[in-house]
Amino acid sequence: MSLNDFIQAAFFLVAVLLTVKPFGTYMARIYEGSPAGLNVWLAPVERGFYRLCGVKPEEGMSWKTYAFAMILFNILGVLVVYAFQRLQAALPLNPMAMPAVSPDSSFNTAVSFASNTNWQGYGGESTMSYLTQMSALVVQNFVSAATGMAILVAIIRGFIQKQMNTIGNFWVDMVRTVLYILIPLSIVFALALSWQGIPQTFSKSAAATYLQTEKDSNGKPVTEQDIALGPVASQISIKQLGSNGGGFYNVNSAHPFENPTPLSNFLEMLAIFLIPIGLCYTFGYMVRDRRQGWAIIAAMFIIFLPCLWFGIQIEQQGNPLLAKLGVDQSATAFQPGGNMEGKEARFGIANSAIWAVTTTAIANGSVNSMHDSYMPLSGMIPLWLIQIGEVDFGGVGCGLYGMLGFIIVAVFIAGLMIGRTPEYLGKKIEAFEMKMASLVAVIPHLFILIPTAIAVLTVAGKAGISNPGPHGFSEILYAFSSAAGNNGSAFGGINANTVFYNVMTAISMLFGRYWLAIPMLAIAGSLSAKKIIPTTQGTLPTHTPLFIIFLVMVVLVIGALVFFPALALGPIVEHLMLK
Amino acid sequence: MLFAQLRPAIVSFILFTVLTGVLYPLLVTGIAQTAFHKRAEGSLIVSADGKILGSSLIGQNFDDPKYFWGRISATSPAYNASSSSGSNLGPSNPALLDEVKGRISALKAADPGNNDPIPVDLVTSSGSGLDPHISLAAARYQLARVARVRGLSADAVQQIIDQNTQGRLLGILGEPVVNVLQVNLALDQYKK
Repeated sequence: MSLNDFIQAAFFLVAVLLTVKPFGTYMARIYEGSPAGLNVWLAPVERGFYRLCGVKPEEGMSWKTYAFAMILFNILGVLVVYAFQRLQAALPLNPMAMPAVSPDSSFNTAVSFASNTNWQGYGGESTMSYLTQMSALVVQNFVSAATGMAILVAIIRGFIQKQMNTIGNFWVDMVRTVLYILIPLSIVFALALSWQGIPQTFSKSAAATYLQTEKDSNGKPVTEQDIALGPVASQISIKQLGSNGGGFYNVNSAHPFENPTPLSNFLEMLAIFLIPIGLCYTFGYMVRDRRQGWAIIAAMFIIFLPCLWFGIQIEQQGNPLLAKLGVDQSATAFQPGGNMEGKEARFGIANSAIWAVTTTAIANGSVNSMHDSYMPLSGMIPLWLIQIGEVDFGGVGCGLYGMLGFIIVAVFIAGLMIGRTPEYLGKKIEAFEMKMASLVAVIPHLFILIPTAIAVLTVAGKAGISNPGPHGFSEILYAFSSAAGNNGSAFGGINANTVFYNVMTAISMLFGRYWLAIPMLAIAGSLSAKKIIPTTQGTLPTHTPLFIIFLVMVVLVIGALVFFPALALGPIVEHLMLK
Repeated sequence: MLFAQLRPAIVSFILFTVLTGVLYPLLVTGIAQTAFHKRAEGSLIVSADGKILGSSLIGQNFDDPKYFWGRISATSPAYNASSSSGSNLGPSNPALLDEVKGRISALKAADPGNNDPIPVDLVTSSGSGLDPHISLAAARYQLARVARVRGLSADAVQQIIDQNTQGRLLGILGEPVVNVLQVNLALDQYKK
């Protein structure tokens, strides 16, 4: 790791930590309904929303009704996004005359955006009309993020409430999230990003004349460069903020129009972190014990920081095969050096590796460099961070509720070890909660490993591979990890826009999202109905370094060891072969 | 249970679509077009006679010795700004080595006397296939060749490079880079 790598990483992390308390407090006040500026000024809009929808905001829902409303709303999202893609040729705002998207790709994309995965089998600028991007995909970026945050808030209520049979109102949680958190933030980030050079226009693409005439694959001269434009900035801000990650352009935030400058890069990385880490503080604030929020943040950093260091370190060392050809990969004042394949010059090693680790630790899935071209071990870091369950910050809302699932497992195991009744925040953890939490811990494993096994055994699965040897296996493993973890990034060489991959990854995305959300809501319902036990000398404290380390160990043992054999066959073998 | 939630689901979906899928992008477009019009339209470089020469954010392909060369582009054809793509070649893929070797021999053929080690960004593909920049090292490596082919002094070329170099923001963020298209445009316009 060069000095500059270290400074950039430290600068970024300090900036992230400074946002935690103010922004976490703001979100907590929004969800508690206490005055926080915007919710006072926009209160009439919120009330109008409920009136039109026929919602009584003070009316709570049982966990089953809450889950049903959430699923219903998400099914609607899938149908509408599917329809937009199939009909885009006949709809307005299609200056590049994009034809209808194929049925299997439309289905995959609809599921992908509704489930907050934003796995993309298509190239945005060559597939989607401006209308599809702006009014179908952007809307899902908002509401899928809000869905995750709403579910989290309902689960937090389960810990706070005493002997209640409701966990809040889904529609109220959605409206408050979108109106007071996501839209204001998106406007601010979108304007900052367009100031940095991200296009925001409805003009069709611009035709520039090449300075040096180009030749196409048949050797015919090409004189014009067709520069794809569109309403990009408004899509990029929410894709970063809402753990979505679905780019306007095929190469996502590696594209100079999606991420033009070091400042835009910094803002986009900050946007990835902002809500997931802030929600940990919101959690501590709402349960009236901020130490609990900081303890979770500490546990997450214990896993995150070594990954960050290792990722930068390995990329900075460069590729030994290129070193043999006499290529200069050293870091100097004049170049970043390292493994520059698939990376942009303006980001170098530091900003590419920080992004790769951040976007996978947090289930964002946007990329500013091509993960497929990372060195085997530094490419393994993003893959592994997805596989531990997207709980190390994880996506907005869903990351923290996944981590709460792991905390329940940890409290239960700790309770068994010391012979006490397991409890967390005054709520007894019993057989039902443990069963549900086990589902949350195990389901992602099934929907990563089984489809990977099917893909490597079938012709259709193997047809997607683009790199030979163990790296090809890593591509498949990454694809299903990304889908089930609702991440959305890829080892992009894989040709996933086929019926096989469109259907298989859609299945992993659906189960990875909703089979985690529903058991967690069941836990919320069950906890909400319980009494709160007063803290005694016998209570296991859950904010101490001892518990933090114990939690990290539980995440690593459950989430990580399962994948060791698969990782050994992919990145680890490839690393050994490079020597 | 079904019918009680159906109305809020449909009506809220419509309202969210209007709010986040219509009003929000239009508001951002309105402000961006007013405040940063040129950037909102793609930071296009337009010549005195109104011809679009490119975008200052999007690279173009160069393999003529009189120009500075940029990163390798994996799009088809190279620097295709309507279909961005990285190479996605894995680090152990023989095709990656072929690509690097091909670039090395092309650079050597254009400048046979140059035995400096070649900077890595000059022999590898960018993430987007449209990278407008190269490192300072990659510009230095090509400086003597461009100066010789154009019959310019090294100092004059260095000056043009400096004028089109971006440093780190606040001395911290990003990497110092040279904008390849802008350097080459400046070279073509340079009067001895």
